Amino acid sequence: MHDLAALTPLGGAQPRTDRVGDITITEVTDRALASVSRRNGKAAEFNAAAAGLFGTDLPGPGHWAAGPVWTLIWTASDQWFAEAPFATHEDIAAITKQAFGDSASVTEQTDGWVRFDLEGPTVIDLLERLCPVPARRMPTGAATRSVIEHIGSFVICREAGRHFSVLAPRSFAGSMHHALAAAARSIA
Amino acid sequence: MSQMNRIEGGLIDRGRTIGFRFDGRSYQGHPGDTLASALLANGVRLMGRSFKYHRPRGPLTAGSEEPNALVELRTGARQEPNTRATVAELFDGLDARSQNRVGSLNFDLLAVNDLMSPFFAAGFYYKTFMWPKAFWEKLYEPMIRRAAGLGSLTAQPDPDVYDKGFLHCDLLVIGAGPAGLAAALTAGRAGADVILADEDFLAGGRLNAETFALGDMSGSAWAAQTVAELASLPNVRVMTRTTILGAFDHGIYGALERVSDHLAEPAPGKPRQTLWRIYAKRSVLAAGALERPIAFRNNDRPGIMLGSALRAYANRWAALPGKSVAIFTNNDDGHRTATDLIARGVNVAAVIDSRLSEAPRTNRYEVLAGGQVEDASGRLGLSSIRVKLPGGATRTLSCDALGVSGGWNPNVHLTCHQRGLPVWNEAIAAFVPGQSLPQGMTVAGSANGVFSTSGALASGAAAAAAALGDLGLKAKAAELPEAEDAPVRITPLYHVPGKGRAWLDQQNDVTVKDVKLAHQEGYRSVEHLKRYTTLGMATDQGKTANIGGLAVMAEMTGKSIPDTGTTIFRPPYTPVAIGAFAGRSAGKDFRPVRQTPSHKWAAEQGAVFVEVGMWLRTQWLPRAGETHWRQSVDREALATRKSVGICDVTTLGKIDVQGTDAAEFLNRIYANPFAKLAVGKVRYGLMLREDGMAMDDGTTARLAEDHFVMTTTTANAVGVYRHMEFCRQCLWPDMDVQIISTTEAWAQFSVAGPNARKLLQKIVDPAHDISNEAFPYMGCGDITVCGGLRARLFRISFSGELAYEIAVPTRYGDALIRRMVEEGKEFDAVVYGTEALGVMRIEKGHAAGNELNGTITALNLGMGGMVSKKKDSIGSTLSEREGLNRDDALNLVGFRPVNPQESFAAGSHFIAKDAVANAANDQGYMTSVCYSPNLGHTIGLGFLKNGAARKGEVLRAVNPVQNTETLVEVVSAHFVDPEGERLRA
Repeated sequence: MHDLAALTPLGGAQPRTDRVGDITITEVTDRALASVSRRNGKAAEFNAAAAGLFGTDLPGPGHWAAGPVWTLIWTASDQWFAEAPFATHEDIAAITKQAFGDSASVTEQTDGWVRFDLEGPTVIDLLERLCPVPARRMPTGAATRSVIEHIGSFVICREAGRHFSVLAPRSFAGSMHHALAAAARSIA
Repeated sequence: MSQMNRIEGGLIDRGRTIGFRFDGRSYQGHPGDTLASALLANGVRLMGRSFKYHRPRGPLTAGSEEPNALVELRTGARQEPNTRATVAELFDGLDARSQNRVGSLNFDLLAVNDLMSPFFAAGFYYKTFMWPKAFWEKLYEPMIRRAAGLGSLTAQPDPDVYDKGFLHCDLLVIGAGPAGLAAALTAGRAGADVILADEDFLAGGRLNAETFALGDMSGSAWAAQTVAELASLPNVRVMTRTTILGAFDHGIYGALERVSDHLAEPAPGKPRQTLWRIYAKRSVLAAGALERPIAFRNNDRPGIMLGSALRAYANRWAALPGKSVAIFTNNDDGHRTATDLIARGVNVAAVIDSRLSEAPRTNRYEVLAGGQVEDASGRLGLSSIRVKLPGGATRTLSCDALGVSGGWNPNVHLTCHQRGLPVWNEAIAAFVPGQSLPQGMTVAGSANGVFSTSGALASGAAAAAAALGDLGLKAKAAELPEAEDAPVRITPLYHVPGKGRAWLDQQNDVTVKDVKLAHQEGYRSVEHLKRYTTLGMATDQGKTANIGGLAVMAEMTGKSIPDTGTTIFRPPYTPVAIGAFAGRSAGKDFRPVRQTPSHKWAAEQGAVFVEVGMWLRTQWLPRAGETHWRQSVDREALATRKSVGICDVTTLGKIDVQGTDAAEFLNRIYANPFAKLAVGKVRYGLMLREDGMAMDDGTTARLAEDHFVMTTTTANAVGVYRHMEFCRQCLWPDMDVQIISTTEAWAQFSVAGPNARKLLQKIVDPAHDISNEAFPYMGCGDITVCGGLRARLFRISFSGELAYEIAVPTRYGDALIRRMVEEGKEFDAVVYGTEALGVMRIEKGHAAGNELNGTITALNLGMGGMVSKKKDSIGSTLSEREGLNRDDALNLVGFRPVNPQESFAAGSHFIAKDAVANAANDQGYMTSVCYSPNLGHTIGLGFLKNGAARKGEVLRAVNPVQNTETLVEVVSAHFVDPEGERLRA
């Protein structure tokens, strides 16, 4: 076991939680992430491997889906992000590649992103001040790419009207957190 | 006496009295007042001085179209010039000052301009101040700017924050008057997502300013009841204090919500205003209509206002500009004003109706049919008017207020933002929206020329039902109350002929004479008229002026008004603070910043950071005693070459390339061959643009047969990725290749210097042999570090030293740099920043962004041979263009000063020793320059014509911008270790 201590994207030893008015902003660091891309002409093998590993159907464009352990987010044509608990899946790319073999290209993305979870009854009002996606119309299970404060991000609706995740490139963590907190203060 | 002109009734909250100040004097008003209504109630008619002639002015209108009553609102950093008193919501402690005056508002020294008016006619500044030429900028212009102008700025930073936001709806209803409310009600009850926006703080539009009934209720009560129902519907968003300021492409609207302008200051953390972008599938424009004045001599006296404004002040705000009121009208609307005022006990001196036979007769007030107001007296406030009667007799009437009704102009603004042209409707003598409307928009109510309340309600409901039907939603028009349905009866009159100055555009002091003069001087197009006279410019955009100006121009040219045409309508509909457009992107939050994995550690060390795109990179790390950046940078560069240095290189783009065709894909992207790169090896790659110019360079490592990791320069990370996606998706969709950015996922550090391996051997787990034999130059592989952490190691060098780049998952980057610094102590390891990085790459002769400037080819870089002719790759064909392959093409070479004590600057051009320094003798230019601590003098890289064959030649490096000139010798670009022995050690 190595002896290097991890920092969260916001630079702390532990993930940060902020409560501003009715909104809770949580830095989520306990999920591992990998991109999984379907290779040309390998649909059958890929789909079989996906069903076996993830325990859920592959979500279509604009959606995510969850199995018992894994969560899948559609991110591009023939490409998904697979989320799993960090504690058991830190080496997520190797685990995934093992299951898919030559039917998929797999890339570790865990530390490529910062995930903030936004929860609260006014979360839609918050998102309206951040990004152009129609958050009010997003059902549970919706996920899309957007731009928040100039930052290319994913907006994932975990529970309609109450709970969203924002995935942003990790290096932007501080600026993204600032933007989220400022918007939360605007509606507090 | 407080509120001497306040009458009974109105939609103000008399239960509360609030205090405010205007020009230092204290007054009282009530919630629901505007600054203008409260001042009128307090007997103050004079609210400002005009732009050019400093003429005393009071409010002309009761709305956002106001040209005159502009004030400075608030004090200190929140002071805002040019706010309209007619829409400034009164709050306790409001402090306003009149503007554009020297001295007091009653005695403005610059009112002398009014006496000099013959010198200030249209276009005067083009004629009067032509000579001497030099005086324009230094004397005339500052003088004019001092005299003419609106409010002043404090030059203090704005203390408030502004939000931006995004809304989506099925139907956007613009305007909450009768048509808008009926539309919103129809769509809201049908379950559609509706946004109802109105610039006023009280929804209802003219319903709040009129006295007629809707069914068995007053108009304002019906409006309040309807708004309450709409607000209770979860699918309807009622936005008051919100101006739809523009109609943009594809059903997108801009809206400014004044969140906190009705408060003394915003609550902590709350925005002052929010700029919304509204995505509307359909919209109903129910923006109403604006009344227009009739121009006559001295029609700008304080106390003269639009009839509709007079009615609004009386009915909604229970405030009057005077005790004795006259009306001047060319249509039936003026009589409505008279009737309302009499009902409120106001003395109506007379209604002057310019129509002779059509003027209604009544015994409730005197009607001067066929009369025209010729002149008005009372410099600081209206005292009397002179009326010319049919037959030529004149009559003078005493009055302290005059309501002028020249007809109504539908508010067509937003229908024209996509270049739609309004069309003239003879029946109402006004422009109405044309056929070409912004996508998804319909127009209802008086904005569409439907002026009766009943008609407005019905057309609003019908427009909403039709819009929803279009979207496949069933809606039936809301049941609507009965309301007045009076026809429009108007005989157009735009100005009263006669001597003296009759004001068309009160904000810009443009008179009927000015328009005539412009015509006389050849300005016939309305657009030229606008520029020459300034008619229709400034904060009100001529909302009360344009039609009058057009009418005079039409008269002069003998054309009709529609043939004369309108000027272009542009957003924003009303002024918007720049802060609202900036939103949160202000000051240090102008753009987000990206932090490197070592940022926290570097900040603790007192590192100096530099912005590289959005990244903050360590530029150098000063140590105690170092007072100049060069001391730190020289130390870092020397220590690295002497022993070992560490640098965070995470910012370089990393692109994961996988798939069975990954190698062939790279072979087409890069100019040099990649197909046969062995697994476990890294290769330098140069990619060209389609036009043959160098696009970017970097190294690409082959981790497996079907797996590569490419690095790009920091600056081009996004551009290269985009280029590769384009190639993958559009050029070669059949290739099996998948790419994804992995820049942020790995913390990557360069470890360079003769002791780099020794340091890394303390980090890398012993299972991984990184000796020169096992892990030679340009090797790469997966390793583990510090007891089992997965990592990647690349043996590549930018500095020219024995060097590696080591990558770990980003969350461990902070721990890794701390560990390497600790383990490096025995080697006197340093951490170096981008400056030392730059010094070492120049010493080594490596090209970077300065050299890859978009005009440079592989041949220029000395890499012409790398462009493989055995394969096709992007840019290879066009790189063969004759002009790019001339004998005297630029070559990248090195330069050193002939006198080592001298230095030179990047950007210098090379000129032969005896030649004149001009463009014709230009031999090339210097791209990168630094002081080399290893060589002890300045060195440079640059492009020189046929430079490869000119080593040893002495030239002048001339920099006319900095006015420097240095004798330089052409040398190899590789100042350090030209044979490359170190990096293979």
